[in-house]
Amino acid sequence: MNQIWIITKRELRSFFDSLMAYVMIVLFLGFSGFFTWIFGSDIFLVGQASLQSFFGISFWSLFFFIPAITMGLLAEEQKSGTIELLVTKPVSNWQIIMGKFLAAFILIGITLALTIPYYFTVAGIGKIDHSAVLMGYLGLLFMSASYISIGLFASSLTTNQIVAFLVALFIGIFFHLIFGLVGSSSGGWFASLLGYLSLATHFESMARGVIDSKDILYFLSIIFAGLLGTELVQSRRNASN
Amino acid sequence: MEVSVENLTKSYGFQKAVENISFKVNTGEIVGFLGPNGAGKTTTMKIITCFMGPNEGDVKVGGISVQTNPEEVKRHIGYLPETNPLYKEMPVVDYLRFVAEIQNVPKLKIRDRILEMVSVCGLKGEKYKKISELSKGYQQRVGLAQALIHDPEVLILDEPTSGLDPNQIVEIRELIKKIGREKTVILSSHILAEVEATCDRILIINKGKLVADGTATSLRQQAQGKEIVKVTIEDGDRNEIYRNLQGLSSIELVDLLPNYTQAFEVQSKVAMSSRRAIFQLCAEKGWVLTEMTPVERKLEEVFRDLTITN
Repeated sequence: MNQIWIITKRELRSFFDSLMAYVMIVLFLGFSGFFTWIFGSDIFLVGQASLQSFFGISFWSLFFFIPAITMGLLAEEQKSGTIELLVTKPVSNWQIIMGKFLAAFILIGITLALTIPYYFTVAGIGKIDHSAVLMGYLGLLFMSASYISIGLFASSLTTNQIVAFLVALFIGIFFHLIFGLVGSSSGGWFASLLGYLSLATHFESMARGVIDSKDILYFLSIIFAGLLGTELVQSRRNASN
Repeated sequence: MEVSVENLTKSYGFQKAVENISFKVNTGEIVGFLGPNGAGKTTTMKIITCFMGPNEGDVKVGGISVQTNPEEVKRHIGYLPETNPLYKEMPVVDYLRFVAEIQNVPKLKIRDRILEMVSVCGLKGEKYKKISELSKGYQQRVGLAQALIHDPEVLILDEPTSGLDPNQIVEIRELIKKIGREKTVILSSHILAEVEATCDRILIINKGKLVADGTATSLRQQAQGKEIVKVTIEDGDRNEIYRNLQGLSSIELVDLLPNYTQAFEVQSKVAMSSRRAIFQLCAEKGWVLTEMTPVERKLEEVFRDLTITN
């Protein structure tokens, strides 16, 4: 655990030192703030004291931002050779991967925490469903963790950050959109399987304030699969380097 | 802590990078790993440091196998990779702190260790600078500092002095020698003078195979076999001296040295010495013998012989 935290600290520091974190936070707040308060089907248009529109926007903006955060995590280490430093220190591949995962997750956590004033503002306007807000945030966190784990996997495959970014988006878009679209446009067991695989379905049910162990299990499986994939790629690379 | 490499084989695809290498390095020994580019030095070091696994054979560090317990092995090793990768965006002290933490240096000691490394590796003026702002030589020192920070029992240095200026090279060599008194050091290089100056023992490796193992002196003797002396004889005709020298029974070959008029390089037959005979010849003919120096074969030549003919 200690080793994981040491790696997490270093990653977090490098996010903030490289301005990556600030760019991410400013862009995310600007983007989600703009669409939540000013433009489109914003909070005032909905006429309800709810953060649904914010969650809907974050659902998309995080989808694009997360691969940008994760793309360098392993690809850059492989490119600059610093992975050799890390691997020859007394840490396991799992610890390296978990450390990086945690760093990206904490960065997203900080970003989302900065939107908490939205909640207080809306709560001041009218009667807000507190548990729906809580579940919405929880949903965003689970979704972020899933995409971080996919992004980490993409980053482990290549030494090129742009490739890692695109691969993460490519894998992500299936969960984000395609499974849902195909699943709802056809029928049968295959469609329901795709419907189950669609991340949007699970996120929406959470954002509505419904907590279901099925949804949580779904997110946890994606996170685990992504991390496992990363581990396999890393340990194969070390074995055959 | 001793390092023993046992029948190590590693291939990349069909190409064998290292083939059935075995050797042992004892505590307090500095071993130099010599070989042309692509001989398998770096591969062997990467296996010892658990960066990659061997195809066959094993490496044991203090009796612990790199295959069964790499985590434990890594604790005892300080490693400076050939490319010296560093987190360039970090300041030197932060970077050293990170390495110290990950190497499980106790929290209370970290500060002292960092200060010690900074002074030992001559980084005092640079410690708050970002690594990317340092010159290559200083980056190399940072690499060395991170390898030493947890006071490892085994030090693996892949071309430690590359990129350093002559003064720094001397300093780093002294440092390595000092460390090598109590620790086990394996360093690679293709600069022969460096290996000769720093190492107790030399391993020469070529095309993945170990071709020589011994001290610089023993390697030289092994390769030499025949006595070679350079002689300068004055007060005589060059051609006559040449003919007379060739007439001596113990001499196999006489060479006129191109840049001198009166100097010759004389090679004796196997296991024979012709120095006395040369002296007596001069005395007999009334020539003046002004120089007679044994020509030591340079380690370079030994190296070339071993790595080219093989």
